[in-house]
Amino acid sequence: MYKLLAFLRRALRHRSFVVGGLLTAIMLSMALLSVFWTPYSPTAINVRKRLAGPSLDHWLGNDPYGRDVFSMIIVGAQNSIAVGMIAVGAGMSIGTLLGLVAAARRGWLEELIMRFSDFTYAFPAILSAIMFAAILGPNSINSIIAIAIFNIPIFARVSRASANVIWSRDFILAARAAGKGAVRITIEHVLPNILAILVVQITIQFALAILAEAALSYLGLGTQPPTPSWGRMLNEAQAMIFRAPSLVIFPGLAIVVSVLGLNLLGDGLRDLTDPRLSRQR
Amino acid sequence: MALLEVSDLKVNLRTARGSVQAVRGLNFSLERGETLGIVGESGCGKSMTALALMGLLPDNAAPTGRIALHGQNLLELSEAQLSALRGDRMAMIFQEPMTSLNPLHRIGEQIAEPLRLHRKMSQRQARERALDLLNRVGIPNPVQRIDAYPHQLSGGQRQRVMIAMALACEPDILVADEPTTALDVTIQGQILDLIGRLVDETGMGLILISHDLGVIAETVNRVLVMYAGRAVEHGPVQDVFERMAHPYTRGLFAAMPRLREGVASWPRPALPTIAGIVPDLHDLSDAGCAFAPRCGFADARCGKETPPNMDLGNDHTADCWHTEQTLATPIEEQAT
Repeated sequence: MYKLLAFLRRALRHRSFVVGGLLTAIMLSMALLSVFWTPYSPTAINVRKRLAGPSLDHWLGNDPYGRDVFSMIIVGAQNSIAVGMIAVGAGMSIGTLLGLVAAARRGWLEELIMRFSDFTYAFPAILSAIMFAAILGPNSINSIIAIAIFNIPIFARVSRASANVIWSRDFILAARAAGKGAVRITIEHVLPNILAILVVQITIQFALAILAEAALSYLGLGTQPPTPSWGRMLNEAQAMIFRAPSLVIFPGLAIVVSVLGLNLLGDGLRDLTDPRLSRQR
Repeated sequence: MALLEVSDLKVNLRTARGSVQAVRGLNFSLERGETLGIVGESGCGKSMTALALMGLLPDNAAPTGRIALHGQNLLELSEAQLSALRGDRMAMIFQEPMTSLNPLHRIGEQIAEPLRLHRKMSQRQARERALDLLNRVGIPNPVQRIDAYPHQLSGGQRQRVMIAMALACEPDILVADEPTTALDVTIQGQILDLIGRLVDETGMGLILISHDLGVIAETVNRVLVMYAGRAVEHGPVQDVFERMAHPYTRGLFAAMPRLREGVASWPRPALPTIAGIVPDLHDLSDAGCAFAPRCGFADARCGKETPPNMDLGNDHTADCWHTEQTLATPIEEQAT
């Protein structure tokens, strides 16, 4: 309890952690708000208001169909967060499992898992997502799968590298001398000791997943209409970039704010959990 | 049948420069309640011997020979069978108490682990037993200390916790690898006393590994002096200290820092050392005595023929061609 308070006190003095946390909190609370309430329905078409600029009634203006941009953006946040959480969650679970097995077993199995990771990592995420869309059809489930697969080698590498460090520590030898097997040691000793590193990686991958989802939707390979999505809003707005620049600016801003927020948060967490850096900032 | 019988134990290490033997044919046995000290310089193979006993050798090491616990050869067991024995029938304590405990778990949980693992105790039973153990290893105020994290304890207390963990299941054998090296001198004595008392109480066999002859002399009944992977002298501790028959044992003894009359004078007399360095295991040949290049008694034969295991009576042996000559020379005059 005391340690937690001390950590919070340290965290509140860390600038990028505070700013990142604030931006992320804004994004999350907007997404949460949109679940219960939106100013207008994000799919309601109102022809008389088409391409109207920001006003008191419609804070961020209306799109070519007269839909309320603010409602679309906060509902789009839901979509980005859901895709990010599911994709990063799945990628992390599989990747971390592979990395932990590789570190516990060593030998040919480690070699096999890591070469498989390198192989997967060698494909650019967008390219493999396009491949998935071509084979399975473009929809949000397939973009989640593509992003999840992209996350597997990243988590496999991070968890294996940090687990290898833990495996060489004295207390692992002591645990083995107490008769614990590799599975128990991994769960009780290795995983808790690499958790901080994984949390930092999760925030960074989450930001990347939101970016990837936006890119895929922009290309028409991700979330399909009528579900609002930031990437597709950008796609639909680009033809009218000079007539109604606000249609490009606001979804773009939403992406920038959430990705920047998560990255700052990740940076802050990394500094705060790294004991060597803890006294410097 | 002896509790532990080690015969012709060899440990091969695969390294980037080829295969080397870290342990080159070791024989000893241990009865219940007996204490054996293994002493030697860094790199003589004593830690490899300890890890081989526990089946915890690194991946690049391959042991051969026989390590029989209750007549059962441990080298033939599977990893799962060994795991069942480790922490239950045999336990180990390590050199660095500061890093041998997991920083994230409370000490009570760590002591209870082997009990829950091997004895299938419930959480409450294991906690009660952990309290009892903390009491026995002399942790003050165990009721409060049981919920402490390792970083809240001093080095000596952590080593006590390690000992409590090792003793949890009342093992038949305790392997202590330099258990006091990382502790300061006043604490060293306390920890050695504790280990000695627990051996008396439980009747387990103790293998104490140290580079410190003083520690060995105070704690064990029998001593085995190792050099370059071989036992060079082996016998009851008192007999070995009275009649050091191997030039290497004498060198070790002479090199022990101690208070002398000369300490107050200036310039201070230099601390005697053993000339030369420990041979590189890669360069070691099978024939001849490994200590010959550093030995004042060595002659042409020592370099070519492996020395015999000379029986000096009273269960005391030394592997040397010149035991008689060595014994006849007072330690002070010995040239090394």
